[in-house]
Order: sequence, then C-alpha cells, then structure tokens
Amino acid sequence: MKNENKILAREVTPPSVYFNRRNFIRAGVLAAGAVATGVVYRKLNPIGVDTGPPVQTAKIADVQKLAVTQTNDASGFTVNEPETSLADITHYNNFYEFSTGKEEVARAAANFKTDGWTVSIDGLVNKPKTFALDDILKIAPPEERIYRMRCVEAWSMVIPWVGFSLSKLLNAVEPLSGAKYVAFQTLLDPTRMPGQRSDVLDWPYVEGLRMDEAMHPLTLLTSGLYGRALPPQDGAPIRMVIPWKYGFKGIKSIVKIRLVADQPRTTWSSYAPNEYGFYANVNPHVDHPRWSQATEQRIGEPGRRPTLMFNGYEEQVGHLYAGMDLRKYF
Amino acid sequence: MKEGDIRFAKLFVLVCGAVPLALLVWDQAHNQLGANPQNFIILTTGMMTLIFLMLTMAVTPVRKIFGLNWVIQLRRMLGLYAFFYGCLHFFCFYSLDRAFSISSTLHEIVARKYVWFGITALLVMTPLAVTSTNAMIKRLGGKRWRALHRLAYVAAVGGVIHYYMQVKADTRQPLVFIALLTVLLGWRLVNYWRNRNPVPAAASKPKPAA
Repeated sequence: MKNENKILAREVTPPSVYFNRRNFIRAGVLAAGAVATGVVYRKLNPIGVDTGPPVQTAKIADVQKLAVTQTNDASGFTVNEPETSLADITHYNNFYEFSTGKEEVARAAANFKTDGWTVSIDGLVNKPKTFALDDILKIAPPEERIYRMRCVEAWSMVIPWVGFSLSKLLNAVEPLSGAKYVAFQTLLDPTRMPGQRSDVLDWPYVEGLRMDEAMHPLTLLTSGLYGRALPPQDGAPIRMVIPWKYGFKGIKSIVKIRLVADQPRTTWSSYAPNEYGFYANVNPHVDHPRWSQATEQRIGEPGRRPTLMFNGYEEQVGHLYAGMDLRKYF
Repeated sequence: MKEGDIRFAKLFVLVCGAVPLALLVWDQAHNQLGANPQNFIILTTGMMTLIFLMLTMAVTPVRKIFGLNWVIQLRRMLGLYAFFYGCLHFFCFYSLDRAFSISSTLHEIVARKYVWFGITALLVMTPLAVTSTNAMIKRLGGKRWRALHRLAYVAAVGGVIHYYMQVKADTRQPLVFIALLTVLLGWRLVNYWRNRNPVPAAASKPKPAA
C-alpha cells in the first residue's frame, strides 16, 4: 500500500510543471501562428527567389560592336551608363502573353519553342515575302546597340541588344509610296503563350510605327541581348526595340509585319486610349494620367533618375516630331 | 475566456502582425525583393494595410456568427496594424517613389485620383488610431466612439478603390478585395435590416376582437 501511494503522488503534476506545459503549448501556438502568417505572406507576395532557369540561349556569332572611341558619337547606338544585369533583364519582364506578373514571366516562358518560326511581310510592298527566321537574320550583320529602355510604368534599364535597323528589312521588300505606317503582330497561340487564355488584353498584341519612325536607324529589329539569342521572356525569337518610345511599343515575338496607308490599331492604346497613345514617345513633361513620368526607377540603382526627353534620344529623333503637339499626340 | 488567455491572444496577433514586416526587412537585407525592390515594398505595405483592414472588419461578423465574444478584444490591435502598415506604405511612397520630395509628393496627392482615395483612407484612419485607447473611449462615450469608428468603413472602401484604380490591366487581386469588402459590408446590411425588422413572433396570433 505504501508503494502504491508513492506512485500516485508522483502522478500528480506539480503546479510549476503544469504552468510550464501551458507556456510550452502557448509558445508552440505562437510559433505556428508566426510561421503560418509567414507562409500566407509569401504566397501573397511572391519574391524573386525561384524565378526560373538562367539564360542559356545560343551565342550570336560575329556581333559588330561600336569601338570605344565611338561611344560618344551622335548615332545614339550606345550609351555611357552602366548596363542592367542579365539577371534583371531576364527576370523582370512585361510580357502578358505569359504572365501579368513581371517576375513570373521567366518561369512561364521557359519552355517556349521557336522552331520553324516565320515572319510574313506584306501589304504595300513590291516584294511581299514570308521569311524563315534564319533568312531575316541574314539580311544584315548583327550589331550591338546599348539602349536605354524606359517602361511606361516609370522604371528603366540599359540593355545591350543585338540586331540591325528595321530599315534594312523594309528596304529588302521595297515599300510602295503609299505605305505610311508599319503594323506589327505578335504570335497568337494560347497553347504556347498561356497568358493568351485570359482576356486581360485583346490578343494578338499589335503595334505600329509611322514610316519615318520605322526607317530611323535607331529603330532596331532585335534578335538578341548580351551577345546571345533573345531569351523567351524578352521576346524570342525576334522583336522590335524603339529606344525613344515607352517599352510597350517594342512588340515581341513578331510573326507579321504589314505596310499600310492608315495608322494601325495598337493594343494598349485601344485598351485605354486616354492612358496610352499611338506615339508613346518618352516625355517627362506629359504625365500618364495616373502617375508622373518626370522621374524613373533605374533597375539596380537606389534613388530615382530624371527622365530625359525622348529618353535621351532627342538629338537623333526630335526632328521627326517638329511642330507636333506632344500633349495631344502622346 | 480567462484574462490570461485573452492576453495571450493579443500577444498572438501582435507577433503575427509583425511577421510580414520582419520578412520584408529580412528579404530586403538579403536582396530578395527582385529587380524592383522599391516597387515591391510599396505594393506589399499597401496590401498589408488592406488585409488588416479586412481582418478588422471581420471581427464583428465572426463574433456574432460564431458567438465568440472575446474576439472583439483583438479588434483594436488589428486596426492599429492597418494604420501602421498604411503609414509605412505612405512613407515608402514619399521616400522611395518621390525621393523624399515634399513638393512632388504633394503634387501627386493633388494630381492623381487614385491617390485621393488612398490618402482619404489614411487620413480617416488617423483619428481612429488616436481615439483607440481606453481613456479615449471613456472620454468620448461609447455611443459617440462607435459612431466615429464607423469611419473604418470609409477607410476600407477608399483603400480598396485606391488599389483597383492603380492596377494597369490585371484586376484580379483588387477584385478579390472588392469581393471580401462586399461580403463584410453586406453582412452588416443584412444584420441591420434584421434588427430593424425583427420577425414578429406574435404576428400570427389572431388579435382579439375589439
């Protein structure tokens, strides 16, 4: 009996242990709550940890670079500002055909195949033609062009593109005198471009340039960046870069180019005509209705930079818009 | 619930509410906020403001529907977190987006409609935060205090419209907040209507002839 009593006494939890256990459970609940909050937070605000594979596209041979002595020449073909990192250029993309999340595009586009790509060029030209991609790339040798890229959302980059002036392609198909504008179209294929399954924009993406803009030497038919073929998230296999215009004018993954007499419809300006114009020239004096365009966030830099008129290409392109009311034709 | 349990519940909210800020600071310190950290910070603090506003507004429905009276004790801290993240959001806009320029911040406040809604929400939350103490509740009196704190609805509506208006094209996330807000306000409307027109229990009884 004495023995039994002893065991029973041990079984009674002393108050100190009882309260310790209570504290222990509370600490556990607190930790679990904090972890759960963290998980929910991470889900709602995905960060750029797993943003898809690094770029492994093919190197482009014999890229012509401007000599160092020419870096301050008047062509605008290169700019004396630090280049944005390849990681940022390939993991911060506006490409709604894949995702509306700028940091989601790289992953969503990773498996995009461009085999057998063709680009048709027709409309008001003497020699309409459907080019295999390789045939387009043979029209002129690839050049490196280091351009500022200013997004309408008020961020910017400096990107070493590879390509040649669009004018060389247009001259090859011999534009007719009635051709006043160039209309571009992106691939329409929701199986390969999953973003096209949503109706966030009116697919396919279309863009356009006035003929003199299209023929300007700065207007670049672009097939690469950092000396490599364009990665899918940056508009593979071929895209436009018009450095004095907001980024959305630089249509990606082009399949169709048509020379026309009248100003073509363009995607963003038909989505919100009061917010995005046909011209979309970078202009610090004309604000977007919802935000200022006076300054920009250069990716990879702290602080903000003042935005330059025509994105710093006024010397090269200002004459194209002489006498135009840039508030009206924004 | 015992006093100690409520104190613990408050501690729980205090700790969990600080987790997003802690992660934001941690991620920034480890360069994990992606290519445009400035933008990420502004967007995220704004979203945390909206989430805490929704949580604050969920307290009363949860209390009434599940009969959990004690949750009311957590409402003040949730509301204060909403105000805290809202202030942080505005400070980040001022410091990161407007580069500490007071004149350009003021210009944006005047010029942009979407900012009007956001700034209204923040201004409206300010007196609520100031009068959130027990002493202020006593000073104002329960009735007046409750009337004043209905401004929380204005803050929530303003905040959600602010978010919807600043999105470029993909409105899915703001629409989620609009849906949440509709449910939370709708429940109150139904509840109000029910209280005003209680089902008359005796209505079916025939009145005695006069």
